[in-house]
Amino acid sequence: MENRSLVTIAEHSKEKILYLLEMAKQFENNPNRKILDGKVIATLFFEPSTRTRLSFETAVNRLGGRIIGFSDASTTSSSKGETLKDTIMMVSNYADLIIMRHYLEGAARYASEIAPIPIINAGDGANQHPSQTMLDLYSIQKTQGTLENLNIFLVGDLKYGRTVHSLIMAMRHFNPTFHFIAPDELKMPEEYKIYCNEHNINYVEHTDFNEEIIADADILYMTRVQRERFTDLMEYERVKNVYILRNKMLEHTRPNLRILHPLPRVNEIAYDVDDNEKAYYFQQARNGLFARQAIICDVLGITLDDIKE
Amino acid sequence: MSEIRQELQVAALKNGTVIDHIPTKKLFTVVSLLGLERMDCNITIGYNLNSEKLGKKGIIKIADKFFDDEEISRISVVAPHVKLNIIREYKVVEKKEVNMPEELKGIVKCANPKCITNNEPMPTLFHVIDKENCSLKCHYCEKELKKEDIVILQRRIL
Repeated sequence: MENRSLVTIAEHSKEKILYLLEMAKQFENNPNRKILDGKVIATLFFEPSTRTRLSFETAVNRLGGRIIGFSDASTTSSSKGETLKDTIMMVSNYADLIIMRHYLEGAARYASEIAPIPIINAGDGANQHPSQTMLDLYSIQKTQGTLENLNIFLVGDLKYGRTVHSLIMAMRHFNPTFHFIAPDELKMPEEYKIYCNEHNINYVEHTDFNEEIIADADILYMTRVQRERFTDLMEYERVKNVYILRNKMLEHTRPNLRILHPLPRVNEIAYDVDDNEKAYYFQQARNGLFARQAIICDVLGITLDDIKE
Repeated sequence: MSEIRQELQVAALKNGTVIDHIPTKKLFTVVSLLGLERMDCNITIGYNLNSEKLGKKGIIKIADKFFDDEEISRISVVAPHVKLNIIREYKVVEKKEVNMPEELKGIVKCANPKCITNNEPMPTLFHVIDKENCSLKCHYCEKELKKEDIVILQRRIL
């Protein structure tokens, strides 16, 4: 039986990505349908994540499916020492699909190899978070009309930010030009720059963040610069206010520019940006619903034709 | 006073396998990787022997034992250029050079403490990214392992 699990988006072909985005678009037109009627879907969150969990659960609920699961491993048999394998095998008896978030890297990959039902990776440690990347792609495509040939600016924590790493890999099909804007301590790791070189992806690195630099951006993807990530705290103090987006910086940016953020936002986007029409981060979160509906249907073998109205 | 001979003073093998050109420092790791201490057959182990190519080398002669490709590939992580001589009726019938396979299962430990393989009873799996530099990538957590960080797992009796 073909394994339809979604563990990482890094291996998806261009066609597959565009296909899933097309499905998401169908769901944006109408997110309330009965196609998951009769299905039971398990959301196993071994690590809490309210936003992702609620997004997936809403996706299932609005499609007529029923949900079982847990949102915190400390209340489950995992705390008694039950292995991940046993938990997955047990839940596979009850559900048609498992959506899981786990604090260990590779957990979803392993689950997908042992479970008799499909697995959706809702985040494994610092490794992958494919549904976030899907919703990021959907947001980019929707706001720019295309994914091709865009100037994408990634700002903030590029070292530990799994969403930016994943976005780079997914965008390899679409000829982007990336601009990496980060403090030295958090700059884009060598392995991703090598990845860009191997896939003919153009990129430019900056440490400054100001009006001039972002003038040609189509997408400004902001991430949080966390104090805990710095080994040199004096460096943190020097840079903590540099990578903050303020409304006046947007005056001379392109009209099609949109500001994305995987959320939660702390201070890296000033509140005066929220009313700017270019602020898109809340709509971006809403797009998560449609992207996740598409993902859920695809892993269950439901096709675009099945859902077209 | 007996002559000191620069020769390996061991009877020739009738049937079996000779593993030659083992870098001397890796000898005991190879012994352990192959699980030789649990075998019943006659085994001769040479350590710190003079070698033209390597300076010092190790050698293992195992009687009545023939290794399959999977077992041989386990050696390749530790000693990529060893040579095997297959002996039958006192003659070398085949010479094999060890090749690193594309995947290594259950041989190398992942250096990432947050990898599922270090927290769950399961075999590790690595993809060989670069044979020359022995760069490996964990199939599960996707982190790359450099040659100097490679830790070989002791073979478990399952």
